[in-house]
Amino acid sequence: MDATTLLDRLFPDGHEIIADGVYFDGTGRGFGTEVAVIGTIDNTPIGIELAFRMAGTVLEVVRRHPGRPILLLVDTQGQRLSHRDELLGINGYMAHLAKCIDLARRNGHRVLGLVYGQAVSGGFLATSLLADRCYALPDAEIRVMNLPAMSRVTKIPLERLTELSASSPVFAPGVENYRRMGAITALWEGDLAACLAEALAVPTEGDPRRALGEERGGRQLARKVADRVRHDAA
Amino acid sequence: MSSYYEDSARGRLAGLLDPGSFREILPPAERVVSPHLRQLDTPAAFDDGIVVGEGRLEDRRVLVAAQEGGFMGGAVGEVHGAKLTGLLERALDTHPDGVLLLVESGGVRLHEANAGLIAVSEVMRAVLAVRASGIPVIVLDGGTFGCFGGMGIVSRLCDAVVMSEEGRLGLSGPEVIETTMGVEEFDSRDRALVWRTVGGKHRYLLGEAATLVEDDVTAFRAAALALIDHKPDLSLAALAAEHAALGSRLERFGDCRDALDIWERLGVEEPERLPILDTADFLATVRDRRA
Repeated sequence: MDATTLLDRLFPDGHEIIADGVYFDGTGRGFGTEVAVIGTIDNTPIGIELAFRMAGTVLEVVRRHPGRPILLLVDTQGQRLSHRDELLGINGYMAHLAKCIDLARRNGHRVLGLVYGQAVSGGFLATSLLADRCYALPDAEIRVMNLPAMSRVTKIPLERLTELSASSPVFAPGVENYRRMGAITALWEGDLAACLAEALAVPTEGDPRRALGEERGGRQLARKVADRVRHDAA
Repeated sequence: MSSYYEDSARGRLAGLLDPGSFREILPPAERVVSPHLRQLDTPAAFDDGIVVGEGRLEDRRVLVAAQEGGFMGGAVGEVHGAKLTGLLERALDTHPDGVLLLVESGGVRLHEANAGLIAVSEVMRAVLAVRASGIPVIVLDGGTFGCFGGMGIVSRLCDAVVMSEEGRLGLSGPEVIETTMGVEEFDSRDRALVWRTVGGKHRYLLGEAATLVEDDVTAFRAAALALIDHKPDLSLAALAAEHAALGSRLERFGDCRDALDIWERLGVEEPERLPILDTADFLATVRDRRA
């Protein structure tokens, strides 16, 4: 789904969104609530300028609109792979963006992510994976790496990876896999404005993803191991 | 001198903490291994490549985690990540004087890529929760495999990064960039280029690393001790200041194509000499020249 259609369906009461190249931000209205929107289009790679710009917008929302919910609509093929971005410390820019999103949450802003196109690796880590809750459209794509590339790097035959991915959600791309692993709370279908309103109304506390992943059979150990390390006698 | 670079995760912890003070949580005897590696006929490790526990640093109470590069390059899988998250959350209950992360990681473990990616995001949130509660989290980066991928982001979420010249810090590793974008984008076999782009000296000059130390476990210990009284600040004002600093870095150096251009712009005389200086000479040469 393209961003314009998506925004119209999310905000039937209207929205003021300003696009600038692959980046957009603004405000959407629905069910009597104003929602700050920050996003990208065209599966864009997140480089230092874009990470910096998104962080600035988040800080601006925290400063000027205390408590206003934030919806991240980031369509990305991952971090920008370039010598120049590494030279300037792209990991620091990504971390800064993550800190700003976390600041918003700690200051009482509900932060939601919706994957509507692609979400990949570092671009996903520094944005929607830091939201209170992350949702996805059913036809979106989430991955670290596609299976042929994964097969080359791990030296595990592609046939073996393909065969295993039919039953295991642990390494293969796909929104359903990320739902089973607990990272995607739910898939949004049908009335997207209603989905958004419902997500904004659900109380959030802590990081429920390990428990969710366990409940859905995607991650059997993450919650148990983290709990043991937290509580076991040294 | 005992090389931090060449030591194992357990060796580093033994040299870093007060003698005999380390108590491991979920030690290898517990056999908590990755269930996913077995499925792919890949050897597992009884600690899943990370050692976590409690110890003392000059009698200060610390929680520590050390990634073992010798096992899959310190890559983060489900169990590995959960141990790190659990340790950070333990700090919320036990209120230590600080948390030390001895990072060494290529990032997410591809054999369990989805679990690893989500685990890193859980680590990120846990780091920020610990800092928000007033406990400093300090990163030590001087291992053989450097610190890349999601752990490169995690490192910059912390209060401070201590590096040696041999340490490396970044997001996408040079090999990944070369494989994806071509050798003309980043030649990962050009050692000098790699070190001056992601190595400790450049990270220190940019301000990404707070302290640069010699490749010596004792030097890392002294640096960690000097930072442990740091008071975390994640306020709007602090992040606005960080935003301004990152904006100014973009303005000042955004058109630079090589670390040498940046060093020259910082006012370093004969920047091409920096890579050959030992740590003490380097620190003396770049005093007052950092970004």
